[in-house]
Amino acid sequence: MTQVIEKERERSVVVGKVGLTTNYAIAHAVKDVDVDVVAAYPITPQTTIIEKLAEYVANGELDAEFIPVESEHSALSAAVGASAAGARVFTATSAQGLELMHEILHIASGLRLPIVMAVPGRALSAPISIHGDYQDLMNVRDTGWVIYIASTAQEAYDTVIEAFRVAEDPRVLLPVIVSYDGFLMSHTTEPVEVYDTKAVREFTPRRHNTRPLLNPERPVTMGALATPDWYYEIKYQAINALRASRGVIDEVDSEFNRRFGRAYGAVEGFMLDDADYILVTYGGAATWNALEAAKEARGRGLRAGVLRIRLFRPFPSNDLVKRLADAKAVAVVDRAIAPGSPVEGPVFKDVYIALREAGVDKPIVSVIHGISQRTMYIRDFYELYYKLRDIASTGNVPRESLYMGLR
Amino acid sequence: MSELKSWTQIPIGGYITEPQNSVKNKTGSWRTQRPVIDQDACTRCRICWLYCPEPAILELNKPYVTKSGRKYNLTFEINYDYCKGCGICANECPVKAIKMVPEVVQQ
Amino acid sequence: MGMASGQIKIGIRTIWDIPKEEYFGPGQLTCAGCGPSLAVRHILKAAGPDVIVVNATGCIEVTSTQYPYTAWGVPYIHVAFENAAAVASGIEAAIKALNRKGIANAKAKVIALAGDGGTYDIGMQALSGMLERGHGVLYVLYDNEAYMNTGIQRSGGTPRFAWTTTSPVGSRIRGKVQSKKDIMSIVIAHHIPYAATASIAYPIDLMNKVRKALDALNEGPAFLHVFAPCPPGWRIDDSKTVEIARLAVETGVFPLFEWDHGKFRLNPPSNMHVDKSKRKPLINYLKPQGRFAHLKEEEIKAMEAEVDGYWDYLTRLLKAFG
Ligand SMILES: Cc1ncc(C[n+]2csc(CCOP(=O)(O)OP(=O)(O)O)c2C)c(N)n1
Ligand code: SF4
Ligand code: SF4
Ligand code: SF4
Ligand SMILES: [Mg+2]
Repeated sequence: MTQVIEKERERSVVVGKVGLTTNYAIAHAVKDVDVDVVAAYPITPQTTIIEKLAEYVANGELDAEFIPVESEHSALSAAVGASAAGARVFTATSAQGLELMHEILHIASGLRLPIVMAVPGRALSAPISIHGDYQDLMNVRDTGWVIYIASTAQEAYDTVIEAFRVAEDPRVLLPVIVSYDGFLMSHTTEPVEVYDTKAVREFTPRRHNTRPLLNPERPVTMGALATPDWYYEIKYQAINALRASRGVIDEVDSEFNRRFGRAYGAVEGFMLDDADYILVTYGGAATWNALEAAKEARGRGLRAGVLRIRLFRPFPSNDLVKRLADAKAVAVVDRAIAPGSPVEGPVFKDVYIALREAGVDKPIVSVIHGISQRTMYIRDFYELYYKLRDIASTGNVPRESLYMGLR
Repeated sequence: MSELKSWTQIPIGGYITEPQNSVKNKTGSWRTQRPVIDQDACTRCRICWLYCPEPAILELNKPYVTKSGRKYNLTFEINYDYCKGCGICANECPVKAIKMVPEVVQQ
Repeated sequence: MGMASGQIKIGIRTIWDIPKEEYFGPGQLTCAGCGPSLAVRHILKAAGPDVIVVNATGCIEVTSTQYPYTAWGVPYIHVAFENAAAVASGIEAAIKALNRKGIANAKAKVIALAGDGGTYDIGMQALSGMLERGHGVLYVLYDNEAYMNTGIQRSGGTPRFAWTTTSPVGSRIRGKVQSKKDIMSIVIAHHIPYAATASIAYPIDLMNKVRKALDALNEGPAFLHVFAPCPPGWRIDDSKTVEIARLAVETGVFPLFEWDHGKFRLNPPSNMHVDKSKRKPLINYLKPQGRFAHLKEEEIKAMEAEVDGYWDYLTRLLKAFG
């Protein structure tokens, strides 16, 4: 649950409440943490982030080099170079752009570079669609990045600040993605509390000795060729670092709470304490559609709850299990598809495995919805609660994903 | 060959922190023919040194007096630890002071 | 902007001016007689220690950084095959920002190093982007005229008729069908301060060009196209690497020239080669190379016509921009 500490002194770091789209909230945070290099390429629905950053740089509000690269492949490549030289680096993309970066995503984590990237999720071609879902993000979940999925503009703003701290922590040194709903969040305006720049910069101090390439006295070789004798060990370091980053992620979140009065946790639960039927989802669908439906269902006497996954990688299995252990039935609503899989919801698979691994056996259903921004009616989510009730009472658990909103 | 360390014992990211430690690769073992410099014929022109790709030709401040009595302060010597036996030096030497001779297989 | 450019120092006049310091090797796992390896040795001698090398995937990268050993005596990074120019752009931008903000005080110059595959083909877009944006990066193309690392496949830099494993000599198609891409014209079309061709056979010329190029970086990007034969790929004897590179210049196949702040200049010995009679016969260059062993009389004639055509083009450039 988003905790708000109402301590007077700490809250004075808030300098204003402004209406921002999530994209602008991201750009604002990037400016507040004082990045050195931005390398990015336009793509809907990400573009307004980098337009805003270009504007900040052009009018001197942000002292950074803005590299208007000729492709996303080059955007991330330039980010890798700049980060290896010790700069604080930001980039952003969506969909086709993220796919074009794919090769370099693995390299950024393999080289242990603390790049932060925003990804408003979007559907992938073909057919071409500029509209939101999370197919792009799901395709990069195994690239070794820390991945957050925010559900409000405020959270996106806060998470970018946290992300730089996590990425640059010497115990982590991994790149971080901050994702959220394309359009439904990227282009909708919400009130966002922005913080005193000084306080943000104090929270994200620059670390030294992070400039391996800029030291001619101790020349380093980065990106070496590893034979089979070495590849496994070097990769495993990064795998382990991602797993171990959880401790730092929690630590940073608590510290953020002390400083700015907000914490999000790895998962966020709504009305879970006595919930029998729980919808697990991510992004705006959790805090809007699912939550509204849960309230309605509760109004009619059904013990409905929502579990939002905020930290997607490393996957918060234990937190999920704890929150879902007492439910009678669970549905995982995915805004992406893993075609040809035994069950086609990508996050469903993670939740399912987490529960089974923990020995929790209960009806769990995969639901696909919101593909290319197909409208997710509150009614749809509301009906899902009743479906879960039926499933729990009959024991007839669907063995395939339910495609909601499909004609 | 280096010791095969565990993942906890090596720098992160596969960084190599010791510059030019490739000197531990003794590529001289690849050679099937070896260049031999005739120090009396050599005019110390530096050309072989310049064109060796490895580099495996040493420029030494080592005086040498030729049979005909000519004095040099410099001596060029092959570093057989790294010389791969390509023969570029012999091919480029303007006075043909370098001969390529077959490596003798150790009995 | 022209001030610095007018005062280029020619640092190396004779072979004795060449620095003794070595920043590359030995112990790299290049084949015996590797032209690109020699090119890197020369480039770093000229550049000195205060550089950061960004290397594209290819022969030099795989042979010089086999973990846990590196042949590099300067800071070095390899990221991927097609993006050396983009990575270099990022490093250059980082240095600018960090220096300006007082976070670092770095003097290092950035050198991107890529093969013909990494430049003519898969890296072309990133290169063009870097040149267009004007990053102060020296981009060095070491041209061994094929994808050697993956086993001698043709590239946009492979000459016409050459045998490679993907342009084999068959009964219907005999070697590469297409001509070598004119990379220098493409680069020059970006109107960068300095671009030049160079050859491992002419190290003094090469080293002075490296220094001129590095001097130009405060104005924008610089580009060097370095000719570097590959014995296994060209089917030549290991000892002939430098000789073949020299013949490429002497026969007019690979002219040495500079694009220096809008001026075009042929360098010795190519400056004599506008007059065809001063060029050695093309056959001297082709004969020792197994990759051209299948050429028939008319194919050699066609190749000669191509060389003449290129010289005709260079002559017109000289008239217009000399
Ligand atoms: C995206 C991508 N495609 C293909 C490859 C395989 N590959 C590695 S090196 C190489 C050829 C390199 O050729 P060139 O740039 O000419 O360098 P050389 O090996 O000749 O020195 C290829 C095709 C790769 N590493 N990455
Ligand atoms: S044979 Fe080749 S490797 Fe050996 S010294 Fe001569 S040029 Fe160098
Ligand atoms: S090239 Fe020949 S003459 Fe010149 S230094 Fe070498 S061995 Fe001596
Ligand atoms: S294949 Fe050619 S370019 Fe590659 S290492 Fe061998 S000689 Fe050098
Ligand atoms: Mg090549």
